[in-house]
Amino acid sequence: MATTVSSTGTEAGIQNVFAFIRRRWLWLLIAFLALLPIIGGKTGYISNFWFLQLSLMIVYAIAVLGLNLLTGFNGQISLGHGAFFAVGAYTAAILIDQAGWPFWATLPMAAVTCFVAGYLFGLPALRLEGHYLALATFALAVAVPQILKYRHFEGFTNGVQGINIFKADPPFGLPLSSDQWMFLVVLAVAVLMFWIARNLLDSRTGRAMTAIRDHAMAASTMGINVPRYKAVVFGISAIYTGIAGALHAIIFEFVSPDSFRFELSIAILVGAVVGGIASLPGAVIGGVFVQMIEKYADALTKKISAAVHLPLELEPWTIYGIALIVLMYTMPTGIAGGLAALWRRMRRS
Amino acid sequence: MALLEVEGLKAYYGQTQALHGVSFALEPGGITTLLGANGAGKTTTLRSLCGMVRTEGSVRFDGRPISGRATEAIVRLGVGHVPEGRGTFTNLTVDENLRVAAYTRRDKAAAQRDLDMVFEYFPILKARISQQAGTLSGGEQQMLAISRALMLGPRLMLLDEPSFGLAPLIVQEIFRIMRRINAEAKVSMLLVEQNAALALELADHAYVLETGRVVMSGKASVVKSDEAIRKSYLGY
Ligand SMILES: Nc1ncnc2c1ncn2[C@@H]1O[C@H](COP(=O)(O)OP(=O)(O)OP(=O)(O)O)[C@@H](O)[C@H]1O
Ligand SMILES: [Mg+2]
Repeated sequence: MATTVSSTGTEAGIQNVFAFIRRRWLWLLIAFLALLPIIGGKTGYISNFWFLQLSLMIVYAIAVLGLNLLTGFNGQISLGHGAFFAVGAYTAAILIDQAGWPFWATLPMAAVTCFVAGYLFGLPALRLEGHYLALATFALAVAVPQILKYRHFEGFTNGVQGINIFKADPPFGLPLSSDQWMFLVVLAVAVLMFWIARNLLDSRTGRAMTAIRDHAMAASTMGINVPRYKAVVFGISAIYTGIAGALHAIIFEFVSPDSFRFELSIAILVGAVVGGIASLPGAVIGGVFVQMIEKYADALTKKISAAVHLPLELEPWTIYGIALIVLMYTMPTGIAGGLAALWRRMRRS
Repeated sequence: MALLEVEGLKAYYGQTQALHGVSFALEPGGITTLLGANGAGKTTTLRSLCGMVRTEGSVRFDGRPISGRATEAIVRLGVGHVPEGRGTFTNLTVDENLRVAAYTRRDKAAAQRDLDMVFEYFPILKARISQQAGTLSGGEQQMLAISRALMLGPRLMLLDEPSFGLAPLIVQEIFRIMRRINAEAKVSMLLVEQNAALALELADHAYVLETGRVVMSGKASVVKSDEAIRKSYLGY
């Protein structure tokens, strides 16, 4: 008797734990990540190199989220978000290098600069639809590295040389390496940015954004000022990608025009699509994907070329294409959508 | 005074002119129908009233000139537009569709009352409240489109072929409810229809449009019973 009671007691206890995990998994995950520097760093399981990799994934997740807000939730395409990434990165680098600002103070400034840049770019882009908007944004992505190299801006941008900055040490003598400290900073900024995005999407502004995507004409008959909304969303989207750029500059300690070539824009777009367009978890997956490709596409391409002798030269970018095609066929709604469908199927059976 | 006064309205899609000086007026409280064959310019007329195409000529709503204004500004004056093809926000739920419609409302209590009213007219929407709107049936989407326009608290509703693609029974139900909305909620209506017989049942006044011009107008009862008019303009 007593044993049965106690065993059902533990069973109920375990069930409670599971229920708690299911309800709070997101916060548990964030807490786990926040403790990583202590768990992994102190025990030496996770090297500074890996903290940098994780930080970069999170940074790209914020960048992808920015594009997701624009394309996924508002239906405007951009092949040029690398430009806003660059603007954010240079804003941070110039302010740290030349004005001696602390790194954290550059983030709001990058946000302001990028909002203005995004809004101003979004205004004339309103007259463009579909392919033409894609073309205009692509032109932006191609132009920005050239502008950064422009001779008369060299006083600020340092031309092709780029700008070196130095990572901040952890404050208050915290026993962390600067990579671990920056990982925590990036994580905190990301949590804040995703939280803001979720609330935005859940507000009347978010519903208006989606309504415009689904049917712009009908949205205007609901009293929504469609042109102004689209320009503002362009600005907000640029804020996200620009803050990601600023964080990238800070943790990478370096900016140069060639870090922001149009391939970056494509990477952000592919990340958004692969992760799952119009999905917040999709943005996280997309960020991980972008960093993995950035890091391993080259090596993977060489490996494949060595293993199978193809009658053509493989470029690292081929991997992007292959990954995209495979994913589009197997998971048309992105990895996030695919996982959600899988999860529903498992629950049903 | 007429609720809506249209005079010499011309509309252009790029270089193409679609309306060639359309004039008509709407009395407050009534239902007026705009009839005509495919391509006559019915949809264009409604779009012109809402500032969705480039126009010339004068449009007065409640005595105020509204031509040249932005769509959302005209909507806020009390013109609800139920667009051709229904304009469902397919990825939003029924509830979210209705809440988008309440976007401009400052008086939240009045918006809530209108929501209750909508559910009274269309109980099926309440049953479908958290369903993704794109998965509704055609008839339900039409009801949603009307409900959304109703949620704006309009004084004039522009309806573009609400019967399009729907089974006769559903059309009858929707038209019956439209009559109720007109009478109870005091919403005047401008109804565009291809189905002339049906529209003339509901409306009290009719205009017939042909290649961008008004070619005939009169009381709905007269138009309906005049065989010559029916044969030459409406083809039935
Ligand atoms: N977006 C557009 N661009 C160019 N021309 C257009 C456009 N929309 C309509 N037109 C033209 O304007 C004219 C009037 O079209 P409209 O859609 O107003 O007709 P309608 O009376 O609503 O027809 P239907 O009963 O088929 O809906 C047609 O000649 C049509 O080809
Ligand atoms: Mg039409």
